[in-house]
Amino acid sequence: MKLQQISVFIENQSGRLYDVTNLLGQNGINIRALSLADTSDFGILRLIVNNPENAYKILKDNEFTVGRTEVVAVEVKDEPGGLAEILGALSKNEINVEYMYAFVEPSGGNAIMIFRFDETDKAVEKLTAAGFTLVPGNKIYGI
Amino acid sequence: MIWNQQYETMPRDELRKLQLLRLKQLCENVYHRVPFYKNAFDRAGVKPEDIKSLDDLQKLPFTYKQDMRDNYPFGMFAVPQEQVVRIHASSGTTGKPTVVGYTARDVDTWAELMARTMSAAGVGRGDILQNAYGYGLFTGGLGAHYGGEKIGASVIPISGGNSKKQLMLLKDFGSTAISCTPSYALSLYETAVEEGINIDELKLRVGIFGAEPWTDAMRQEIEAKWKIDALDIYGLSEIIGPGVGYECVEEKRGMHISEDHFIVETIDPKTGEVLPAGEEGELVFTTITKEAIPLIRYRTRDITSLITDPCKCGRSSVRMQKVTGRSDDMLIIRGVNVFPSQVEAIIVTKKELSPHYLLIVDRIDNMDTLEVQIELAEGVFMDTISRLQELAKTVEKEIKDMIGVTCKVRIVEHKTIARSEGKAMRVLDKRKL
Repeated sequence: MKLQQISVFIENQSGRLYDVTNLLGQNGINIRALSLADTSDFGILRLIVNNPENAYKILKDNEFTVGRTEVVAVEVKDEPGGLAEILGALSKNEINVEYMYAFVEPSGGNAIMIFRFDETDKAVEKLTAAGFTLVPGNKIYGI
Repeated sequence: MIWNQQYETMPRDELRKLQLLRLKQLCENVYHRVPFYKNAFDRAGVKPEDIKSLDDLQKLPFTYKQDMRDNYPFGMFAVPQEQVVRIHASSGTTGKPTVVGYTARDVDTWAELMARTMSAAGVGRGDILQNAYGYGLFTGGLGAHYGGEKIGASVIPISGGNSKKQLMLLKDFGSTAISCTPSYALSLYETAVEEGINIDELKLRVGIFGAEPWTDAMRQEIEAKWKIDALDIYGLSEIIGPGVGYECVEEKRGMHISEDHFIVETIDPKTGEVLPAGEEGELVFTTITKEAIPLIRYRTRDITSLITDPCKCGRSSVRMQKVTGRSDDMLIIRGVNVFPSQVEAIIVTKKELSPHYLLIVDRIDNMDTLEVQIELAEGVFMDTISRLQELAKTVEKEIKDMIGVTCKVRIVEHKTIARSEGKAMRVLDKRKL
């Protein structure tokens, strides 16, 4: 129930983001979801792609500073309080969210939140037990 | 003004006789009292009695900063510790400082040298000297302080920094002279302008500037802005501190060296050969009157040349030009000695960082800045901003604690710092000196 996320360290220089996305595009890697966190000096581009293994290898071979992180995808009900419900369950179990970002299923279904937790396994267990729908990797990669 | 007519204007043949006499005493002294020198003389196959003329100095071995580190802390002392009345230290390359001791007579000698320095700048009794060199282990503050008292000036031991207070005292006390780094003088001027201080209302008329390299263009800028005479001084703690070389207000061209206390040579840093006066090489000093930590042919690593023409001021001593470079990789940032290896020692303790780094030194608004670019290590990757920022902050703090210089750490992508085939390029100095 865990997903592979690709993280790329990017210095704040014009064209760097283009370099990453262009390289992935040329190699047939499709980006499903992304988020960019930045400071005045650098940023971290986090990507969910259709083929994480390949994407990692391609970026590494091209000398990008790249890493792999385990994240969890959780379906969020499309109604007021949908996200709060998930965060409430995490808080009750004392699980910290390091960061999160959202995307919407193209089929028009629910929103999906990508979470990075401090304790991933515990989060998977508690969220499953609380009845939330975790989306498996193969489903996300293949959307 | 000449502080010590007898020694500062001594005819050169007489001066050379005095130097030879003192050099012979020095060799006897260190050979018998400092095991390091006994070994060094024996290895070079030279005995104190072999020194029969000043040219024989060339037979003596060099002393390096590394020798002082190897004998840390007091191994180079030529007197028992109870005769040492003062201990100073400067930053070293590996975290251990370079230690220097002074006997009571050494402290007097130092005050004498700084008295000559101040007199040459036209500072004397009746002057109010605002001493903005740092006090502490650094020799700048106390060196200028004792010299200022010796010439009878009223010394304000304000130490470095705190610009608003500096300006308040400059105005309220009517300071007529200031001693600090030249870059601080320019930075202080900017604060003065911001604070709306009218320079014409100040009584300041002379500045004694040193502890870092600066140019004649910078001198002209300081003189025009502050409306003062700006004089350059040279010194290093190993030799005694500030006061080793000083400009006279008459010529402002080259720093007089008190040759009754030091023998100066310029050498080819690669071969060790002594160069004729006027040729650029590494400055080497032999301290012929120091008691606590006398040094023979100390390699300063500073590159410059000597001037032997007579000077308008009447002093008979040789002069050294401004230092134009270093024969090692030491940087002087805001008056502080910095070696890239010190920064490297900190970086290698962090597994998230690679040992590929670059120090970028610049001068922005007259203040030296240091940026340290470090590549992330391969394979260890933190994908949260806060952890990366924390890492940068930790390194900044460790550098500040170890070297005493505030810097900015910029974490950069893997393989973005240029690789070199030979010796790695660790420094990019953008200052125009």
